[in-house]
Amino acid sequence: MAEITARKAVKAPLQSHVRWRDIYEARHLYILLLPTVLGYLIFNYAPMCGLVIAFQKFSLIKGVFGSQFVGLDNFVKFLTAPNFWQVFQNTLSINLMSLVFGFPAPIIFALLLNEVRNTSFKKAVQTITYMPHFISTVVICSMILTFVSSDGLINTLRGIFGGKEISFMSHPQYFQPIYIISGIWQGLGWSSIIYIAALSGVDQQLYEAAKIDGAGRWKQLWNVTLPGIMPTIMILLIMNIGHLMSMGYEKVLLLYNSAIYSKADVISTFVYRRGLLNAEYSFSAAVGLFNSVINFTLLMIANFISKKTTENALW
Amino acid sequence: MKIKRSLGERIFDAANCLFLTTILFCTLYPCWYVLMASMSDPNLVQDAKGIVFYPLKFGLYSYIDVLKYSQLWISYRNTVFYVIFGGIWSVSLTMFAAFALSRRNLPGKNGILMFIMITMYFSGGLIPTYLVIKGIGLLDNPLVMMLPGVAAANLIITLSYFRSMPYELEESAKIDGANDYTVLFRIMIPLAKPIIAVISLYYMVAIWNNYFTGLIYLKTRSLFPLQMILREILIQNSTAEISMQTDSAQAYAENVKYAVIVVSTVPILCVYPFLQRFFIKGVMIGAIKG
Repeated sequence: MAEITARKAVKAPLQSHVRWRDIYEARHLYILLLPTVLGYLIFNYAPMCGLVIAFQKFSLIKGVFGSQFVGLDNFVKFLTAPNFWQVFQNTLSINLMSLVFGFPAPIIFALLLNEVRNTSFKKAVQTITYMPHFISTVVICSMILTFVSSDGLINTLRGIFGGKEISFMSHPQYFQPIYIISGIWQGLGWSSIIYIAALSGVDQQLYEAAKIDGAGRWKQLWNVTLPGIMPTIMILLIMNIGHLMSMGYEKVLLLYNSAIYSKADVISTFVYRRGLLNAEYSFSAAVGLFNSVINFTLLMIANFISKKTTENALW
Repeated sequence: MKIKRSLGERIFDAANCLFLTTILFCTLYPCWYVLMASMSDPNLVQDAKGIVFYPLKFGLYSYIDVLKYSQLWISYRNTVFYVIFGGIWSVSLTMFAAFALSRRNLPGKNGILMFIMITMYFSGGLIPTYLVIKGIGLLDNPLVMMLPGVAAANLIITLSYFRSMPYELEESAKIDGANDYTVLFRIMIPLAKPIIAVISLYYMVAIWNNYFTGLIYLKTRSLFPLQMILREILIQNSTAEISMQTDSAQAYAENVKYAVIVVSTVPILCVYPFLQRFFIKGVMIGAIKG
């Protein structure tokens, strides 16, 4: 340790002079990085620059450089479109509800699992609840459609309690609950891994101390366990809020149908249909940009609030 | 030392066990149902209305039809190909990039890392990305299924793994005259087997699951990944067959779907319990960073 410090002390004054040498010395490392940086430039940064088409009347023939500049016309167009606010509201409510119900679920699950003393039971529960993560989205959606169909399990269970048969997938009001409940089913086990890891990192001595002070299990949970995993919870919460407007369109695209667009259509599916199926590139790019900006703003706000209140932040 | 638990605690434990068992059942039942229904008589399954615990009049007729459906197997082969080559490509690039970024003597490493991490929160979106892919001629090209190579989240996990390795390893190798490539291939990669397992698993699951890339960029059916064909059979068929067909034909179509699900999902479900310790490790390394 002392050696390292000593070496640093010797090296420090020289550093500003040998910068070009440092770069030359590290040339092999740059070569190793090159494909990745190029990949990000082409597949992430080029599209970001491509967002200029949101301010253009873009045509494939004229290209990005030849198309006419129209300012905010595309934004005005979608902000005044009759169904846009419906789509916006759906996006917000699906994601907010997913956050409100879906975010605490794995935490509660991890806490309950943590209380189980029988290790083999615990292992079994963990292994089995990870399973849905390994089933593909397409298959999950097909299973959902099977279970909510008119002669599916859900209707049978409703029948037992005297409910009438409902065709869930043709009535808009059922879409969002189905989406959110199935989302919890899919993610419960997998999302709990990180909390289980965090729980195992809580100092056992704190529990001992709490017990000596006469804290029961509830008090221990409240005063030892929860504060122990709070940093993890906050970081994940910020990240979730940062993706608040963009989660899970692949599933929506597979589950919805035109009869339930009024509750199921979200910004990303809207962009997909208008942009790729109708080839309204500029219009959809404008919608996409609007969405990204909202996401990014939400992330910044969440990060700021968390930094001020709990001192946990992404940066 | 065993402390006698109070009545309240025992009630809690029992309720907790019951609750977790219910969750277990809710997770397992849908999958069990599909498995059992696929091996049953289609008409009996239809009459059972969603409640099947064991095969009803055991038979594997739909499996025979599924085995004969060549398009499914072509796409299966495609997906295996995409998973293997896309996986190798992405894992290698991630290892290279993470190794380079973990070196202390790399000028500008924080800037490059920032450059990569920004993309986790801000992107050009679907349409500009589509236009770029189209512009560079990757439309309807199988390579598109293996893009974009390095996922920022996996890079960060790998990076924090490399950072946790002792610096002396590199230093002593350098003194013995090794260059960066030797350090990477002869020292770091052999020591990084656990993290290679973790990110391989993540990349492979992601490529295996991906239908959206195929949907927007691929047009030729013979290039379709498995998930695209599954979407045709499982999702699109389901809306088309609501009307028109007779009862027994519909029951049989459902049965075929169950068999398709089993054939396409069972391999991965048989494998994941054995890989469990790897992906838990990955999450934990990620958590330390987070």
